[in-house]
Amino acid sequence: MSELNELYQEIILDHNKNPRNWGIIETPSNASEGFNPLCGDHINLYVKVENNRIVDIKFQATGCAISKSSASIMTTLMKGKTLDEAKEIYNEFHEIITHGCADFEPLNENLEIFCGVKDYPSRVKCASLAWHTFLDAIDKNNNKE
Amino acid sequence: MMTESDCNFDVNLVRQDFPILSKQMNSKPLVYLDSAASTQKPKAVINAIIDLYSNYYANIHRGVYLFSQLSTDKYEEARLAVKNYINAQSEKEIIFTRGATESVNLIAYSYGRYFLNEGDEIIVTEMEHHANIVPWQQLAKEKKLVLRYIPMNDNGELLLDEYEKMLSNKTKIVSVVHISNSLGTINPVKYIFDKAKEFGAVTVLDASQSIQHTKIDVQSLNCDFLAFSGHKIYGPTGIGALYGKLDLLKKMEPYQTGGDMILSVTFERTLFAEVPGKFEAGTQNIEGAIGLGAAINYVNNLGIENIAKYEHSLLDYATSRVLEIPQVKIIGTAKEKASVISFIIEDVHPHDVGTIFDKLGVAVRTGQHCTEPVMRHFNIPATTRASFAFYNTIDDINVFINSIKEVISIFD
Repeated sequence: MSELNELYQEIILDHNKNPRNWGIIETPSNASEGFNPLCGDHINLYVKVENNRIVDIKFQATGCAISKSSASIMTTLMKGKTLDEAKEIYNEFHEIITHGCADFEPLNENLEIFCGVKDYPSRVKCASLAWHTFLDAIDKNNNKE
Repeated sequence: MMTESDCNFDVNLVRQDFPILSKQMNSKPLVYLDSAASTQKPKAVINAIIDLYSNYYANIHRGVYLFSQLSTDKYEEARLAVKNYINAQSEKEIIFTRGATESVNLIAYSYGRYFLNEGDEIIVTEMEHHANIVPWQQLAKEKKLVLRYIPMNDNGELLLDEYEKMLSNKTKIVSVVHISNSLGTINPVKYIFDKAKEFGAVTVLDASQSIQHTKIDVQSLNCDFLAFSGHKIYGPTGIGALYGKLDLLKKMEPYQTGGDMILSVTFERTLFAEVPGKFEAGTQNIEGAIGLGAAINYVNNLGIENIAKYEHSLLDYATSRVLEIPQVKIIGTAKEKASVISFIIEDVHPHDVGTIFDKLGVAVRTGQHCTEPVMRHFNIPATTRASFAFYNTIDDINVFINSIKEVISIFD
């Protein structure tokens, strides 16, 4: 069961059960909706950016534990960050999810929980959904500017 | 507790016919509970394909030389095996296709497009696989037809009163799934088709999930068309069949045109071949048909009644064990059920169930099972589905039950 515990770690199960930043922002500066048609995962993401900084971020989602907890963890990491910092975190997440952590130690230790996801190819999309949706939301902002 | 010896069926002997069943998945003995998605293949099927390619392969219906004739004979023997298996009147009524999906599309295209008119009605059910919805939707859009759905109750049983109210002289096609892939419900198709015939409708049976579980007699079922896939009855992928009554097939237009389906071609016109050749354009899936023939012979040797009885005992045992676990809810509780258990575990998404099962060596299907309207009926995003075939054992079910308990303990 050790392999399973690597994927379903305490922190993932906790975020699945008690997702942080759950809800709607009535007047977001950015928002996006993400789908994973393979599993039916679905997320609505709301971001409030002021002076290039993410002052608030909230989401509502249906889906598996991996997608829901990944969304929750993502929001905790992004809240309070500048857009540039947020993109760096995104890039680091992307590196971990595609290549794992064998040759690479995450700068952001909160991302270490995603090191094992690469070994579950059918679940990578679950973990990435919220992150892709986040990137889409803040890119929309850049387009506006 | 039930044991295998309670059944008139030596499952351990049968398992030796399936090489894959002795393999491991993720370092655990494989517990294959996904036969409703696709069945594993017995040596008889694997060897029939090896034999073809090693010993006598050539294109069919063409060469005058011996190997072409041998390949043709084997291909046509497979057609005869299908004909006998479903008790069609003539082997001309059997058309090889890529599978049930292509078979339904063929009916919609070659029958529906030419014989249905604006305002005509097609009846299907709420529990259809997408393959028996989308082709009719497309046809309805093109020809301005009305598509009706027989509703079901929360056990997953069709509401036959509602069906009878739908029938009228406008009803031209009634196309029904025999056994639901996501719920396991066995539908009373004989009754449904008899009623359809009172209004002169053409009847279509989606036998994808019944062909491997139960005796089918197209004549006694009052069935005009029947569709199934070879890979669900222990045969290869990429092959299936369409049964159609000869008088209907004769008046239908070809589905695809080209080589092998013609009598004569000039620059001005083409005369089509007789049925079934008219519907088999181009070089066919020769290995697929021969593999399917071998699969049907294999099933015949075991006896479909023996298979049905044994699988039912597996279903009864598995159902009783699942019901012992309070966090689990079974989706699909019809009185008449095939060996399929769709379920949800409280507060756990089916994809997490599937991943944990995978690590334990247990193969199940998770998702919507190509029956999105069924998921909508039960207001759930997806289910986990375990489906049992005659090569599964009581031990398999015990591993399955323990795996459910493992999931619950991880998510507790």
